[in-house]
Order: sequence, then structure tokens, then C-alpha cells
Amino acid sequence: MSKTRQDLTWQELEIGATIITPGNSDEYKSGDWRSIRPVVDKKKCIKCGTCYIFCPDAAIYETEDGFFEADMFYCKGCGICAQECPTQAIEMVEEEE
Amino acid sequence: MLEIRLHGRGGQGAVTSAELLALSAINEGKYGQAFPSFGPERRGAPVVAFCRVDDKQIKIRSEINNPDLVLVLDPSILRIVNVTAGLKDDGILITNTKYTADEIGKELGLKCKIAVVNATRIAREELGLPITNTTMLGALLKARAFVDPESLIGPLKDRFGRIAEKNIKAFKRAFEETQLAF
Amino acid sequence: MGKRIGLEVSLSAAEAVKMANVDCIAAYPITPQTHIVEHLSELVNNGELDAEFIPVESEHSAMSVSAGVSAVGARAFTCTSSQGLSLMNEIVHIVASMRLPIVMILANRSMSGPISIWNDHTDVMSIRDCGWIQVFANNGQEVFDNVLFAYRVAESQKVMLPLIINIDGFILTHVIEPVEFWEKEQVKQYLPDFKPVYTMHPDRPVTMGGVGMPYVFSEAKVAQDEPLIQSKAEIITAWKELGDVVGRYYKPVETYRMEDAETLFVTQGSFGETVSLVVDALRNEGESVGLVMDRLWRPFPFDEFREATSQAKNLIVIDRAISYGGQGGPLAIDIRSALYKGENQPNITNFICGLAGRDVTINDFKNIYHRAMEKIKENPMEEDFEYYGVRGK
Repeated sequence: MSKTRQDLTWQELEIGATIITPGNSDEYKSGDWRSIRPVVDKKKCIKCGTCYIFCPDAAIYETEDGFFEADMFYCKGCGICAQECPTQAIEMVEEEE
Repeated sequence: MLEIRLHGRGGQGAVTSAELLALSAINEGKYGQAFPSFGPERRGAPVVAFCRVDDKQIKIRSEINNPDLVLVLDPSILRIVNVTAGLKDDGILITNTKYTADEIGKELGLKCKIAVVNATRIAREELGLPITNTTMLGALLKARAFVDPESLIGPLKDRFGRIAEKNIKAFKRAFEETQLAF
Repeated sequence: MGKRIGLEVSLSAAEAVKMANVDCIAAYPITPQTHIVEHLSELVNNGELDAEFIPVESEHSAMSVSAGVSAVGARAFTCTSSQGLSLMNEIVHIVASMRLPIVMILANRSMSGPISIWNDHTDVMSIRDCGWIQVFANNGQEVFDNVLFAYRVAESQKVMLPLIINIDGFILTHVIEPVEFWEKEQVKQYLPDFKPVYTMHPDRPVTMGGVGMPYVFSEAKVAQDEPLIQSKAEIITAWKELGDVVGRYYKPVETYRMEDAETLFVTQGSFGETVSLVVDALRNEGESVGLVMDRLWRPFPFDEFREATSQAKNLIVIDRAISYGGQGGPLAIDIRSALYKGENQPNITNFICGLAGRDVTINDFKNIYHRAMEKIKENPMEEDFEYYGVRGK
């Protein structure tokens, strides 16, 4: 789609403003909302996956070596992962740093 | 157009009577219209129902204020409601009562044509209940045969199913026993 | 020709819904709508109608269920009155924006308070701007015919909008009168199966009823209003073809005894037929009077209305609803607006009457006519309105 949503005319909307591309929230970059980001200390991490379960945006994925990381395209920096981590392995760091 | 106002008490079937009359007219190919006095239904309270019959489409939808016929299902109504209000000059009051038309006319000071029948007795004997709506239809058609009495049999059967025969008998008896004082 | 049957209008309306072969009826009982849904529940229960009957816990749920039903591509029917409509209000607006072709009979009843169960048009006027197609009916036959018309129009892919059939509570719903039923073949010929554009289906996921951010909301609203405005063409066609099938022709605006009429009554709903008798009587007395009945309320038939009134000197608009603090009743307000830039600008008098089922007789309408003539003579362009028959006024 060459036009962005902001450019659609009323004639170009689907009937009832129905959205016919399933899962298009994938394209939505919520990473822009973030002012702090999670940083994992792999020495403390026990690979329990608690952060993966709690992440409200399903932004955390498991890496090949079994650790967990947040996808910065989606991570909003809410800090729930750091709060829930049983070993305090996750620290929220200012984006500026 | 013939306009009929029915007076009864909630639960006595005045609305059903109006409906059966309209249906018999419609089944004869005429136009019929029946409706209750609109509102909440309260058993025992004085109620009114209306029926119009005509050869052409009935367009008026307001209540009947100047009826040709007034049908009273319950004699006690006569003393609490002015049932003949607006009755046309040549109109007929048809009432359930154990008194004669003269006695009723005198007691209520009425000058209109009156037809009487002891519908409560007929209904008790035929139906085992003092519900006089179908009985009084016989009296009504005796007073003025604006539909063929036979046309009511179908609607009575549809409406009353297995107790239809009793109602038809009460209807026919009232037709025979009604006294016309005109 | 279909069979002519004497039946309460509520029951014949339900029979029409059966003939439309709806898939789901979700409704909550409220006077004076009750007999319609009671009869439908019987039809479903005894197997005459293969549909889901969902006795929901509120009108809000009735419309929500209908929304879901319609969104999966099934044919939905619901029915309410007055306070029930208020309770479903939120969803009434939403289903229009989602373009779900639900059909609802609104047994018109006044909005409380004082608490009232009787008829007037204040309920539908409270949702005048909800985006549904809205029609009024004069009699039981029109109600029956309009149910089949309603699905035909609402589900047309050019339209895809919900539709309200307004029928006067009690005055129509509780009257026994003859109605000519349709033959099954006629229904088949007239009403095609519902073919939705999009449906909710696990194999073909879509999002319906999503968020409309400010950058797209206005476009979404125009995309909703345009088809409503354009639906008039489809409505006219559907009424014309209904006439071709059953021999009864309906138009957005009906007229009666218009020949050289200087003064026209304008009515909505079941007042129409009674006023036609008033017109006959006044014509017999030598008055130059006719009648315009508005059947289509939304989209408002501006062209048809201007055409119908193009020769009139005076209009007497009868409203059965109030626009508190406004310029008369809702019908009069729209008519003034419709004629503001018209070539012909008749005097418009407006009477509000028949509120909460108060009986309006032929004599009352005659009084209204004479009062209107008096007012126009005194002050032709005065744009006021009058409550008819109110003690102390």
C-alpha cells in the first residue's frame, strides 16, 4: 500500500471501516513510546522466562542460547519485566544513556 | 360504517369479543378493525374495546365516541360507567342483565333502544363460568345482524379450540333469548 | 394474490419476519412491542421459523447480539420501544457505523417521564441522527410489506445499513385488521439471500468496529453518510419492485387530493389515514386542502418533498414529538429547513398533538385546520408552533 492511513479518502475506506488485513498491528511501532529500556545481566539471568510471560506486548523473545531479549520495535519500556524478574537480572536504563 | 363500543371488566374478554367481530367481518370479505382501550391491563377494572365494520377500507384510527352499538358484558358496569355516552340517536344498548329492558331503561333514565339478556346465567350454565364475552356476541347479533352469525363460528373455533363448542352453544342461546325492546 | 387475513398488526408483523426467514431474533419485551416478539418466540418454538430466539437480559444486549449476528453474515431482527431504545442507544449508533443491515421494528412510544407507555414519536426522534434508514407505516399492510422491503434494502450491497420500521404503538400494534399475506414465491422473487461484504469468520480474519483516530474518523463518517443519502435510489427501486410483485406501490412521500390544494397537511405514521378523512370532509365543505404523508424519514426525501409542496400556499405540519426548546416538532424543523431555499416558500404552521396516545379525532384535525388558517391570516410568516388541545394553553 503506497498510501499511508493518514492519506486515505473516504471512498478508499472499506465498508463499515472494516480492517481487512489481519494482524496488521505487527506494523505498528510501539517502540517509539519508550524512554527507558530493559538491559539483561546474563550473569544473573537463570533463563526462567518470567519476563517473556509477563511482557504485555509480547515483545520479548527467546534467543538461540536460551536467554531472553526485548524486540526494540515493540518494547514500550514499561518495566514490568524488570519488576517481575526473580533474580533482578533486568535493569531499566534511560534511553539517552 | 358501523361502530361498536364494548364495555366490560379486565379479564372478561371484551377485547376478544371485539376481535372476533372484526374477524368475522374480515372473513366475509368486509373490512373490520378492533382494538382495546390502550394501556396496562388490570383485571377487574372497567375496560373498553372498540370494533368497526365497513364495506370499504377503514382509515380512521381514533377511539369510537359516537357508537352505533354499545355492548355491556357485565351488568355492574351500568352503574359506574356512562355506557351510552355519545350513542347515536338510533343506536342500541345491548346489555347483560337479569332485569327487563324497561326496568333497566327506567333505572338508568335511558331513552335509547335497549336489548337485554341474562348472559351471566347462560354463561354459568353453558361454560360453568360467568365469562360472558362470547355469550354477549349472540345478543349483539340478535340486536343488529351486521354479520352473519355463522361467520362467527370459525373465529370462535380458532380462538377457543376444545372449549369452542361450549362457547358456540352459549352464543346461540343468547341469540335466542335476547329480548329486544324496540 | 396472497391470503387476506384478519390479525393483530403485531402478529402479522411477526409473520412477515418469519417470511423474511430471519436467522436470529434477539429482543427484550417492552410494551407496546411485546406481542411481536412473543409471537416470534412461538413461531421459533413450534418450528415454523428456523431461527435462534435469544431472550436477552436487556435491550443493550439485544442490539449487541444483533450486531454479532449480522457481522457473521446472518439475518438479524430485533424490536423495541421507548425506554428500551434508550437502553440500546449506544449500540444503535455503532451498528450503523459498522454498516450492519439489522432490521428493527420500533413500536413507537413516548419517552418517560412522566412515565408513559402510550404512543408518540419521541422515542425515534431521540435517535433521529443514529445513521439508520427510517420509515413510517400508516397501517398493518404497510408494516407487513415494509418488513420484506426492509431486508431487501438494508442488505443491498449498495446500501448495507440498518433499517428502522416505525409503527405507532398500540394504535397500530394492538389493532386487529385485515392484512394480505405474501405468497412464498413472491418473497423468493423479491428478497434475495443475504450476501454480506465482509463477515467475521476464523478463516478470513478481519477487524470490525475498530478505533477511528481523528485523522480517519471524519472520512469514516462521510463513508457512512454518503451511502445513507444514496440509499434513497435503492429505496425507491425496492418499493417500485415491491409493487410489481404484490401490487401495492409505495413512495418516500405519499400525497392525497392534491388537485389545486392551497393548504396541505403533513403527517407521519398512522395519523395519515385519519387525516385523509379530514381532507375529504374539508373538501366537501369547500376548503382547498390536501395531504402529504412522509413515509421515508431518513434519508429525508428532500426532492420529493419539495416537489409535493411546490404549489402549496400553506403547510400544516403535524408532529407527534417535541424538540424541547427548538422550533416546533422535529418534522416541522426538517421541513422548514428543506424549503428554506426552495422556489416555493409556503407558510408553515406546526401543531404538536397526540402525545402519549392522546386521541386525536377528525374534529380535532378540523379544529387544527381552522386554527392554522386563522394564524396564517394574522401573521403569515410567523415561525412558531402550537401544542394542540393542551389545557391552559
